[in-house]
Amino acid sequence: MYKYDEYDQSIVDARVEEFRDQVQRRLAGQLTEDQFKPLRLMNGLYLQLHAYMLRVAVPYGTLNGRQMRLLAHIARTYDRGYGHFTTRQNIQYNWIKLADAPDILAELAKAEMHAIQTSGNCIRNISSDQFAGAAADEVTDPRPWAELLRQWSTFHPEFTYLPRKFKIAVIAADEDRAAMRLHDIGLQITRRDGILGARVFVGGGMGRTPMIAPEIRDFVPADQLLSYLEAALRVYNRYGRRDNIYKARIKILVHEIGADRYRDEVELEFAQVLTLGIDPPAAELARISAMFAPPAFDAVPSVPHELAAHDPDFAIWRTQNVSAHKQPGYAIVTVSLKPIGGIPGDASADQINVMADLAERYSHDELRVTHAQNIVLPHVREADLYAVWQALADAGLAEANLDLISDIIACPGLDYCSLANARSIPLAQKIATRFAPRQQDLGELKLKISGCINACGHHHAGHIGILGVDRKGTENYQLLLGGSGAEDVSLGKITGPGFDEDGIVDAIERVADRYVAERSEGERFLDTYRRIGMQPFKEAIYG
Amino acid sequence: MADLAGDTDNLLRFRDDEVHDEPAMTLDSFVADPGNASAVRLEAGDDARALLPFIDRLMLVEVSFPSFRDGRGYSSARILREAGYTGELRAAGDVLVDQVSPMRRCGFDSFAPEQPIDQSVLRRSLDRYDDVYQKAADGRVPVWQRRHG
Repeated sequence: MYKYDEYDQSIVDARVEEFRDQVQRRLAGQLTEDQFKPLRLMNGLYLQLHAYMLRVAVPYGTLNGRQMRLLAHIARTYDRGYGHFTTRQNIQYNWIKLADAPDILAELAKAEMHAIQTSGNCIRNISSDQFAGAAADEVTDPRPWAELLRQWSTFHPEFTYLPRKFKIAVIAADEDRAAMRLHDIGLQITRRDGILGARVFVGGGMGRTPMIAPEIRDFVPADQLLSYLEAALRVYNRYGRRDNIYKARIKILVHEIGADRYRDEVELEFAQVLTLGIDPPAAELARISAMFAPPAFDAVPSVPHELAAHDPDFAIWRTQNVSAHKQPGYAIVTVSLKPIGGIPGDASADQINVMADLAERYSHDELRVTHAQNIVLPHVREADLYAVWQALADAGLAEANLDLISDIIACPGLDYCSLANARSIPLAQKIATRFAPRQQDLGELKLKISGCINACGHHHAGHIGILGVDRKGTENYQLLLGGSGAEDVSLGKITGPGFDEDGIVDAIERVADRYVAERSEGERFLDTYRRIGMQPFKEAIYG
Repeated sequence: MADLAGDTDNLLRFRDDEVHDEPAMTLDSFVADPGNASAVRLEAGDDARALLPFIDRLMLVEVSFPSFRDGRGYSSARILREAGYTGELRAAGDVLVDQVSPMRRCGFDSFAPEQPIDQSVLRRSLDRYDDVYQKAADGRVPVWQRRHG
């Protein structure tokens, strides 16, 4: 894991004092709310329906046991005893007092954490593959690259008042676990002629106008990457629309002028920026990479899966929530934060502490937050899986539903969010409860719910997506089918007229039944949908 | 034409030379007939590159910030400095105290904010960060260079 040096620490410490100063000026009336808003937003502080919400950055979703424990401490001391893990691999607290925020940041800084640029019209937390460093299919660990980008983007003087927020994802495998092409910039680290570099995709995103990012450059060598990104961002900062907040994301710019013209503009700028020497020397990426060296794995034999059979509940979890590790004898555990009937992504302080303990004891002191709002223990010995599962079960964290229909991504919705048109959480609870008994049979089925058109719940990328809208003052839900945020990226299509809360659950049931009737051997829902199209599902839903 | 007399009431300069009091022309009128003019005002959406053929003779470029949220002027400043412009680069308009520091990093060395800036807050803000991560237009040594010499 990355370890701060004196420079990183001094910058984060200075940020705490700066924000303390800004909060004091606000409380003293020297700043209007309008002037304070962009300042607090740049530190992840939102004013929600009931209170301030503070979003804490978990850079590329990686943290250690000590940091995880601190998140529990904050939940207990400053919030109501729980936190909410987000689709940007961060955590947010929904009941924060403005006057407490500087103290929370000071506590975070002591554990090398911060809330820098977790909101605002700036470059947000860099997201990455939650299996980085453990997946067998990666070219290299993408996290050193993400850390390089974290530092480059932190207080970037030119890109702090962009037209709109800006999200970057970095992966280094062909399997895309980070929805890379649904980001403003998606980077896929690849090797060409022995040199590492990045494929660059620009202009993806969800929201009102979902777009899959086109490839803008097939390869930028590592030692020119920051120059290229600086050029890509500068073109956006200069030409991105500022007349309409809903058309201000880079995807609209790329769409309106076309990928070819955007690419040409970036190349012109890139040629200029390359002369400035803004890329650090190779030694900097090497310095960071050394901190992400694989942990000292033991040479242990692989434990045959059949050994799990003595406990059927464990066997189901072992099959569903444990993934292959590149090191023989080790496994990747995904801890589901989607208990049936619970709030997707929420964890209590006690549960957060349990996961911190397990990371320290069984996972080389490492955890990851996933964009699907679960937690990963990346480096667990197969021989320890049963013990880990037992501890998780005791804490209510052993739901065996990774990538199943109850592993729902849901935004906070009308229960918390001032933008929402409809509730997301109660609907997620209803769906999980209805389908849990048959979810193993339904297989991989990613269901995502957004409470409004801003699409924080990634409904466009759901195999099944649900969008909450306001129809003449009542909550109404539209159903989408066929989206994917993975390497087979696609955008879901609306089935037809929307439903009320009970109606949408029934509609999903008809979709599920039709899938079961139509599927061929081993076919996922998404594959069946792609093979037979929307029409059979429409018939099933609307009769 | 901007009312410079009004704008400069709150003028903050980080330069030792005399204030250049030639009224700034709009970019359009300057490009149409540069004459001997050496002061130009860029609106937020103006293309700073149009000034590059003239940077050796320009003494004042004023960049307008119609709203503090409009960040286009930061890129205008970088483009001018990267091309070698050494004259006065002034941020004018809705410029807030917390923005002076990043603007300095982008190459602005003079400020004409609509609202007066509290000097003590500004001083604290400018002194806040001993280290910066990026190489920008202000010559500050980025952290990676300190790390690797």
